[in-house]
Amino acid sequence: MILDLNSFITREQPYWDELSALLRNYDENGGYRPALEEAKRFYYLYQRTSADLVKLNTFAGEVETTRYLERLVARAYSRLHESGGEKIPLKPLYWLTRTFPSTFRRHWKAFVISFTGFIAGASFGAGALAVDYDLKDQFIPPQFPHLREKPSKRVEREEKQDFDAFQGRHAFSSELMTHNTKVTALLMVSGFLWGIFTLTLLFSNGQILGFVIYDYLRDGQGEFLTAWLLPHGSIEIPAILLGGQAGLMIAHAMFGWGTNLRLRQRFARIRGDLVTLIAGAALLLIWAGIVESFLSQYHAPPFYPWKIGFGLVQLCGLVLYLSLSGRKKPQPQLTN
Amino acid sequence: MLGKTTALEVQTAEGVSFKVPIASPFSRCLALAIDIAVIIGLTILATTVINILQTIAETVPQIGRILIDFGTGAAIILQFVIATFYGIITEWLWSGQTLGKRIFRLRVIDERGLSLSFKQILIRNIFRLLDMLPSTFYLIGGTSCLLTPKCQRTGDLAAGTLVIRESEVSAPSYNELLEKEENSFSTMPHLEARLRHRTSPDEARIALDAITRRNELQPESRLLLFSQLAKHFREISEFPDEITVGLSDEQYIRNVVDTIFRKVSI
Repeated sequence: MILDLNSFITREQPYWDELSALLRNYDENGGYRPALEEAKRFYYLYQRTSADLVKLNTFAGEVETTRYLERLVARAYSRLHESGGEKIPLKPLYWLTRTFPSTFRRHWKAFVISFTGFIAGASFGAGALAVDYDLKDQFIPPQFPHLREKPSKRVEREEKQDFDAFQGRHAFSSELMTHNTKVTALLMVSGFLWGIFTLTLLFSNGQILGFVIYDYLRDGQGEFLTAWLLPHGSIEIPAILLGGQAGLMIAHAMFGWGTNLRLRQRFARIRGDLVTLIAGAALLLIWAGIVESFLSQYHAPPFYPWKIGFGLVQLCGLVLYLSLSGRKKPQPQLTN
Repeated sequence: MLGKTTALEVQTAEGVSFKVPIASPFSRCLALAIDIAVIIGLTILATTVINILQTIAETVPQIGRILIDFGTGAAIILQFVIATFYGIITEWLWSGQTLGKRIFRLRVIDERGLSLSFKQILIRNIFRLLDMLPSTFYLIGGTSCLLTPKCQRTGDLAAGTLVIRESEVSAPSYNELLEKEENSFSTMPHLEARLRHRTSPDEARIALDAITRRNELQPESRLLLFSQLAKHFREISEFPDEITVGLSDEQYIRNVVDTIFRKVSI
């Protein structure tokens, strides 16, 4: 049976035009939420147009109108079906106290591997320097020229300098925040290359820290080092490790061990957790950037104990927050 | 390009299936170039505004120096925010489109044909860091686009998205097409009924396509196509010479289409 195309189009076109106008309105107003009646009408128009498409395909097979209806149905379909119904979290307190720490704990194994990779790098860096101290100049990256200097000389120089609370601090803080956020995000996304690059980055970052720690301890500048690194490092390093954790979750999804799900499904399962971890890491890095600019670089010996104390409190707070916050209280067991 | 899929085929719960054309790497490159230009433009604009404010701040006694330093810090943050959030915000506000994608009529959608979630937008934009490597040459993203069947960069694979071509197709009007000329076949309804009976849906579709797309054809191809179609339909129809004489091949097919598509209602 062949469709009376002309009268079919004449009859149905007003519905298609109405649907098209609604879609255009939704496209132009991103956050627009239709009222119930409008949503019902939209759904009716979508169903009617879908039915028209089926009719046209079955009885007429006319290319141009079919293509038009396909586009219309595709756009309406996409509008009607949210992929998972996820919304931007509008409960920041809930997110901070529950979502973020519980997401971290749910993937604790990835964090342990991330931490191990970093510590392995640090141990290697310190070990390499212990074996051959001349390696120092070769291994310190060019972007850290102050680390090439003999630690005691640097300490002497830094401790003599006046602390200028504002000169260049805002710019330095901003640079640190943006740079560290990029590095952390890179640690995460490089998990896509089966985690090899993530582990390499973690190892190399740990290696630099290992060099520095060994170098300063060897020169008897342990107190300066702790007072310099702990205030911001107690937040910055865990944040970077969170990036590594997210990267290793991606790597796990790439390998697909222990699951029959397809790659798309494996990624869909971890997508929300990745966003949570990277957002959490970014927040921590913003704080670390501020601390590094305004506190860590203030090298006055009388303040060392305060700085170390601050760093320790911060580290303990972070550990407690990530391990305890948002834990559900155990339900009391019912007894007869 | 290895085994490219040119369209995403979606089957809805209502049993309707439709195809959405997938964007080519070339059109995506052009859209990206526009977006990069916009990001550079916005960054220059923001930096210029901050520079002007810093110049004004210089004149403020005591806190001028602090304000200048604050401005430098703000500029660094702004550059980062513009580069990172331009894609995220525009794709979120414009349902999967950046300015470049809007100009080239491209749109990011969920790979099942659904609308994008904010998480997907965030993930695909964070993965840009990987896709643009080495440096900003987009070698990883470009290679991934060329190697994956649906032309997806790593960000698309991780976020479960793909970029489609959005052509604004308007419903064609058949009034003008079918009612312009008088159909001489209508004087013989019994022969028209026989023609409809003998014409298969595929033959009807070919004839209708030929009419609707005739203006897209080269003159020689158009003549050849309608001559072959008319020859075929003359063989299966039995209209006498008195109503077909003087009819061009194209008019003959127009009459055939009119007979098939307009006269029978379901």
